[in-house]
Amino acid sequence: MKTITKSIITGGILALSLGFAAHAGEDATLTVNGEITLPVRAAAPAGSPLPELFSGWVFRSTETQAMQMDDFDNPGMIFVDQAWEAWSTPEGSAGKSCADCHGEPESFAGLRATMPKWNDEAGKLYTLEDYINESRVKHMGAEPWKWSGGQMTGMTALISLQSRGDVVNVKTDGPVADMYEKGKEIYYTRVGQLDMACSNCHEDNYGVMIRADHLSQGQINGFPAYRLKNAKLNSVHGRFKGCMKNIRATPFKEGSDEFRALELYVASRGNGLVIEGPSVRN
Amino acid sequence: MKPYKLALIPTALLAMTSFAFAADVGPSDVVFADGAVAASLTGVAGDAANGRKVFASRKLGNCLACHVNSDMPEQSFHGEVGPALDGAASRWEEAQLRGILVNSKNTFDGTIMPSFYRTENGVRPLKKFTGKSILTAQQVEDVLAYLTTLKE
Repeated sequence: MKTITKSIITGGILALSLGFAAHAGEDATLTVNGEITLPVRAAAPAGSPLPELFSGWVFRSTETQAMQMDDFDNPGMIFVDQAWEAWSTPEGSAGKSCADCHGEPESFAGLRATMPKWNDEAGKLYTLEDYINESRVKHMGAEPWKWSGGQMTGMTALISLQSRGDVVNVKTDGPVADMYEKGKEIYYTRVGQLDMACSNCHEDNYGVMIRADHLSQGQINGFPAYRLKNAKLNSVHGRFKGCMKNIRATPFKEGSDEFRALELYVASRGNGLVIEGPSVRN
Repeated sequence: MKPYKLALIPTALLAMTSFAFAADVGPSDVVFADGAVAASLTGVAGDAANGRKVFASRKLGNCLACHVNSDMPEQSFHGEVGPALDGAASRWEEAQLRGILVNSKNTFDGTIMPSFYRTENGVRPLKKFTGKSILTAQQVEDVLAYLTTLKE
């Protein structure tokens, strides 16, 4: 037993001394364009297993952090510009654009901070992607976009930007209570040949280096996220998929009930943080 | 017990031939005692030099993902999820180290550490990894041979 205790202590000390120190740190401040300050820490919501919430931005290198501090340096904004054009371009059999019914994108201010949420009419949990595609099909008579395609992630980024700085406030009770429980179960289920659950890294070991990567809490308040790794905006479900593949597990499908449930659960773990999308990550 | 013992005899004979791989102890046949595995999985001495490569390789052991190892200064990134492995062989018996490599969960309940020689792992494994262990029996023996060189 003595040897076990000793090795755990050594590991613990290493994590403490190297974890946050390797990067800009938990005290760093995220100010965008020198004028919008976005809190990157928050008190954990009631019932949270985390002592405190940290945006994924905290865990990135100083260089990556800097890219998100100026909209001209944030590569995600290129796709926001493209979505801005698509916003007012008529498409589909109805010859309508988003702008014809919704006016300016600002009309969606605050929406992203509550997603995903229950849609009474559809009788199911809706993500931002669902709202966009429903509108395209029903109101525009256009083809739905691919879940993680560039047009979709650009549009979710444009809509997320309208909620930048808004406090995440995702509902977990009422009609979505079952999905919340399902998402929680998935979060704690060990998957794949490497036999790990989301919690093993993002709850038990955030702040610690896993080889060259600094483990975050896996918060999704910054999504869609521009990743330097693949030089594009990444959807929440696309990121879940990549994570599962890393663990050598068969991912659920983008837009599946499993990923919707997981998105709800993970989003709610960030209740209290603010919307940053589109963020910049590695 | 009798049929078990009988089955061991042809296995032992095979191990002495050049077809050593055919005699490997299967992942579900490994015998644990208090988390430790005393017997070699292959009957072939581990190759520490190859074990060092498996330890560092992101596609194989990727042990460095979670453990600091001062013996590998040529590798830029050492993970910190688990304890540093400097001097591991001075803290653990060889059989204990083998047991941790084969199935860490028998030594550390609920650990994040993958089990490197087990075929029943998490749910929904990718097809190409289904029913397969992360490392082969000989790779485990090689890593073990390397770990036993890490003394204080």
